[in-house]
Amino acid sequence: MEQEKQKAALNLSLVMGDNALILGHRLSEWCGHGPILEQDIALSNIALDLIGQARLWLSHAGKLQGGKSEDDLAYHRDVFDFHNFQMVETPNGHWGTTLLRQFVYDAWHHAMLQKLVLAQDEDIAGIARKSLKEVNYHLRWSSEWVIRLGDGTEESGAKMQEAYADVWPYVGELLQKDTWLTELEQLIPGFQADEIISLWWKTVREVFSQANLSSEPMDWLYRKGHLGHHTEHLGYILAEMQFLPRAYPDATW
Amino acid sequence: METTTLEHRFNQKIEREEKIEPKDWMPDDYRKNNIRQISQHAHSEIVGMLPEANWITRAPSLRRKVALLAKVQDEAGHGLYLYSAAETLGAGRDEMIDDLHSGKAKYSSIFNYPTTTWADIGAIGWLVDGAAITNQVALCRTSYGPYARAMVKICKEESFHQRQGYEIMCAMAFGTPEQKAMAQDALNRWWWPSLMMFGPTDSDSVHSQKSMDWKIKRYSNDELRQEFVDKTVAQAEYLGLTIPDPDLKYNEETGHYTFGEIDWKEFYQVISGNGPCNKERIEARRKAHEDGAWVREAANAFAQKRANQQVA
Repeated sequence: MEQEKQKAALNLSLVMGDNALILGHRLSEWCGHGPILEQDIALSNIALDLIGQARLWLSHAGKLQGGKSEDDLAYHRDVFDFHNFQMVETPNGHWGTTLLRQFVYDAWHHAMLQKLVLAQDEDIAGIARKSLKEVNYHLRWSSEWVIRLGDGTEESGAKMQEAYADVWPYVGELLQKDTWLTELEQLIPGFQADEIISLWWKTVREVFSQANLSSEPMDWLYRKGHLGHHTEHLGYILAEMQFLPRAYPDATW
Repeated sequence: METTTLEHRFNQKIEREEKIEPKDWMPDDYRKNNIRQISQHAHSEIVGMLPEANWITRAPSLRRKVALLAKVQDEAGHGLYLYSAAETLGAGRDEMIDDLHSGKAKYSSIFNYPTTTWADIGAIGWLVDGAAITNQVALCRTSYGPYARAMVKICKEESFHQRQGYEIMCAMAFGTPEQKAMAQDALNRWWWPSLMMFGPTDSDSVHSQKSMDWKIKRYSNDELRQEFVDKTVAQAEYLGLTIPDPDLKYNEETGHYTFGEIDWKEFYQVISGNGPCNKERIEARRKAHEDGAWVREAANAFAQKRANQQVA
């Protein structure tokens, strides 16, 4: 029983940590290149929150793996060992694509954290509580932008349709009842994966209807980032992110 | 009231060290001079984000990554306060940005140098922010109120950045031989451009005298440069790194370091657009602005729609 709990906690920490790290990496690519100075600052802020959360989750995962550090996990794993969704590793595209990807992720992240704060494991509940405060803001910000761009000009509406076509095929992965998710019942009494999924749909339908976007269910192309199956993009992210520690293995920075 | 009386009052205020505020009468040239200097300062913050942002995705630890991202975000915030300070003088943000993109407005020439290794992030914090603070601490007492107050806030953050940069240099200078070599290489490339940040020597500075009279500037370029050299030499010694100037030596009599001749030809070349990255920096800013046009238009159109709905 204890072992199963530990396995559930480790898988969860890796999924949450890797998603936060890789999405934070993508968002940080915008820093200095945003369309409006104020929004450049807002997006960098979200990137900072996510990388901060990644540090907490990965430190916790490292502890469960017998004393590895956050940097051991961030800088010394290869693609097949990363547990993030494929969606967060996709290139940023234009501002609308980045924001739509952010919104569908925030809607999932927010739904997850609302459950994770109920975990009996105080480490997990603690990270979730801290993250939820930040993600409340992320979700509000990205919802407002999706609506603003979807219902702005004809051009911005068309850009959001493009964004939808790019992002939507990656959404299915967030809504699968995979083992790492269902085994959370070990950590949270009465946990039901279906609740996360229905909360996600509720948030997405509400915002999409105001943004003139359709949210029809589609035949999900099932992706398995949590099992280490990734797109070709992740290798390039890691090559860039891990360059220094790999090139100078004896150095500390 | 007669202009001469107004000007007399204005001069008296400056004399008494009272701040000039946005609604006060001021000579046209004072206004223009401040707009020029403040917008140039804002542009430097914004363009200055680019060479450092170049290393966010490659920072060597998560702690360093978060610190660097936060730092670059602070620069964006500084740009924002400074644009706002310039706006209080009647300058429009769009106009100021257009002037940057067209090359009419300048920004600090230091940001036209490339960041080729991680040590450059340390060197920028240590030297470039160090030089900037030397300038900016003096500006906290500048005569235009909104500018002085923006500088107080900015200085607090800059001194934090400077310590962060120096800490990166420490980790490398006391690290492996490869790291130390990387740190020395960065010092070699950033030292002279950092000295150039204070601008031309006093005898060649076009804008200086009037700015001194109006107390926009409080110390001359050469005075500030000397102060920077004096405080930085010991920091390099502590790191065991060599400042790339064979003529650098301590003068017992004056209590200051004397240093070699700055290559002013390089300075004027970089200022006039021929530095190693001038083209890339402006291109990056222009691209961000042009690619973002549809976003700004959509935000305005949406705000308008919502306002109309409320009226209806």
